Amino acid sequence: MKHLARAAFAVFALTAGALSASAQTHLRIGLAEDPDVLDPSLARTYVGRIVFASICDKLFDIDEKLNVVPQLALSSETSDDGKQVLIKLRPGVKFHDGEAFDAEAAKFSLERHMNMQGSFRKPEVSSIEKVEVVDPLTIKLVLKAPFSPLIAQLTDRAGMMVSPKAAKEAGDKFGLKPVCAGPYKFVERVQQDRIVVEKFADYWNKANVFIDKITYLPVTDSTVRLANLRAGQLDLIERPLATDLKDMRADPKLKVATALELGYRSLNLNVGKGDASKVFADKRIREALSLAIDRKALNDVVFNGEFVPGNQWVSPKHPYYQESVPVPARDLARAKKLIAESGVSTPIAIDLMTPNNPETRQVAEILQAMTAEAGFDMKIRVTEFATSLNEAEAGRYQGYLIGWSGRTDPDGNIYTFAKTGQPNNYSAYSDPEVDAALDEARLKSSVPDRKAVYGKIVKKLTTEGGIIYLYHVQNIITYSARLEGFKPISDGLVRVVGLKFKS
Amino acid sequence: MASLLARRLLQLLPTVFCVSVLIFLLQQLLPGDPALVMAGEDRDPEVIAQIRRQYRLDQPLPIQYLFWIKGVLVGDLGESIRLKMPVSELVLQKLPVTLQLATMAIIIALVIGVTAGVISAVKRDSWVDYLVNVVSLWGISTPNFWLGIMLILFFSVQLGWLPASGYVSPFEDLGMSLKTTIMPAFVLGNALAGVLMRHTRAAMLQALDSDYVRTARAKGLFEQTVVIKHAMRNALTPVITLGALEFGTLLSGAVLTEQIFTIPGFGKLIVDAVFNRDYAVVQGVVLVTATTYILLNLLADIGYILVNPRLRQ
Repeated sequence: MKHLARAAFAVFALTAGALSASAQTHLRIGLAEDPDVLDPSLARTYVGRIVFASICDKLFDIDEKLNVVPQLALSSETSDDGKQVLIKLRPGVKFHDGEAFDAEAAKFSLERHMNMQGSFRKPEVSSIEKVEVVDPLTIKLVLKAPFSPLIAQLTDRAGMMVSPKAAKEAGDKFGLKPVCAGPYKFVERVQQDRIVVEKFADYWNKANVFIDKITYLPVTDSTVRLANLRAGQLDLIERPLATDLKDMRADPKLKVATALELGYRSLNLNVGKGDASKVFADKRIREALSLAIDRKALNDVVFNGEFVPGNQWVSPKHPYYQESVPVPARDLARAKKLIAESGVSTPIAIDLMTPNNPETRQVAEILQAMTAEAGFDMKIRVTEFATSLNEAEAGRYQGYLIGWSGRTDPDGNIYTFAKTGQPNNYSAYSDPEVDAALDEARLKSSVPDRKAVYGKIVKKLTTEGGIIYLYHVQNIITYSARLEGFKPISDGLVRVVGLKFKS
Repeated sequence: MASLLARRLLQLLPTVFCVSVLIFLLQQLLPGDPALVMAGEDRDPEVIAQIRRQYRLDQPLPIQYLFWIKGVLVGDLGESIRLKMPVSELVLQKLPVTLQLATMAIIIALVIGVTAGVISAVKRDSWVDYLVNVVSLWGISTPNFWLGIMLILFFSVQLGWLPASGYVSPFEDLGMSLKTTIMPAFVLGNALAGVLMRHTRAAMLQALDSDYVRTARAKGLFEQTVVIKHAMRNALTPVITLGALEFGTLLSGAVLTEQIFTIPGFGKLIVDAVFNRDYAVVQGVVLVTATTYILLNLLADIGYILVNPRLRQ
């Protein structure tokens, strides 16, 4: 009888074990905002990219060291004149609707990015003249002119491939039910509430996909997001506050991963738009302002020293950072001297436009205090985001605290900001030498060659340009200690392949 | 009675029309250009121009208004620029959520507010009365966002009893639905409870001092009967009407609360839409809220008339 009971218990235990082993694993990710439409051609939000990371694979990806690595493409080869790019595609890849991914599908997706009405990818792929199918697993991009940042563009949304069949059927409503070739397929979305995806059985790399289902939940308030993680409602959150880092690290139930962002935070100056720009007409004033700022102290005070002080459009850890122009130390004496030489009388009044969030407001206050010692009088104007864009466009500002999330290729961090007449050049900065160098860097292909070209203008841009670079943010991801396999990458996105719960 | 009702309903039309014009004009006062926000980080001039064309933002205001109102008349509230979804669908998805939250909040407010008000009136000038007054003052003056975060920290993080945020529909799982909405409903109902308590107390005091209560007492009735059957019945009618009217306020008051608890209702919808200058969504949500408010007012009026025959003339 005893044996029987023991045997029965063993059977029960085994079944229970088997049952729990086969229980669906479910990952809940807390997002800082609700993404916009989930169509790779029409999407434009940063959080949207976090969701895309699980549903839409790209031709290429980036790794921890910012190298371009294959994803749906296997390799790329650029012709000697730089005007043709041959891309080999991965065989045996399927879209979520069972359609095969091949050269025709890749051509369709790229042309959709290029031509679709309302496509936000147009500027990213505008260098492509046409896409040709060479064989079922090879495409050729014919370019209007050599454009070295192109492959890097294909590591983001412009490189995402969509099922031609689904895209043709859905038209501009594709984003309501996206069909791509990523590790997870789209299940449902309730606006501002959740986005649910589940494991795609035919994924090309399915051996490394361990979690069955992922739910993305937008929780706007960063304190509440962290509280949810602590309460076990969420398993992973993006962008908690830097000031909470100490607490999060001290909590044994949590793990924190950081990766330095690709972009930067800066103080943009109006140097050429309307009357407001007069104060900065003399470039010595711009340099004096930059010299009056102690970037290290700023980082220590506002961000507990967690971020990285910076002075260029890429961080000091980036391969394109110009070591010859290091982050300048604060130099009040020289700042005062430059102002005296310029003949402008102090205090120099500056209208500083600042977005409305606690961290940036604090940055503004510290800048105000630091620059006051050199003779500046900053008036902080807290402005809601959409309004601030309008003000900047209209030239109704003198200083504007803003950030740029950054692109893999350095071109994406500087070209549209510093070249004459480009859309992000709010400063209305214009310099023929800078314009020529920015164009030249697009034509060169090797890193040392391009770095040398940027090297010619870096000094000019960082001392007298329209942008005073301040610091680089650490993209913070905090997750439950039960989760393993997470790799922080500089773009801050959450790659779900390889993630698993500890058994 | 029927003709009165018809007349009141007809009076609604010009009000709703004025509201629609007002919504449209107020929104134009918002600084910021939807096309600029929508164009995203890269802000390609060609893309900006195209958004303006596609959503008629380049047309004069009266034309934009006519296109909008023409759609509204046939139930088409336009399309969200940001989500590429019909606004009417979004409204239908979100309205029940906010209604549920507001209903729970009003129940909580009525239960707490009326009970406290009656008790404090009956125990006038005693320590109970003072305590209730202090608590209600606290309720009125506590900011929603602060109370919300405190509740989350206590009940979700410390005790782990309630989910910190999110929403489950009652049709999906009633128990979970109550669990997800009880904290936000309490936060929302909290301030109102304070207001209702003060009104109840004042109305009760008046009733308790009135002749008919004195008469009832003189007849030798039990004090309990006097308070509940005579005083409370008369005192509460205006309080309940006030509660019904406050329902409309709750719909708009849900904005902050929904933001904190990540409840996907009207409040969250409109906050996101305003920040993104998603005009069609803002217009749709405000129009529906305003119409609901006007209808609630009408219902309250009709309720009064039904209760008080003297108003029928």
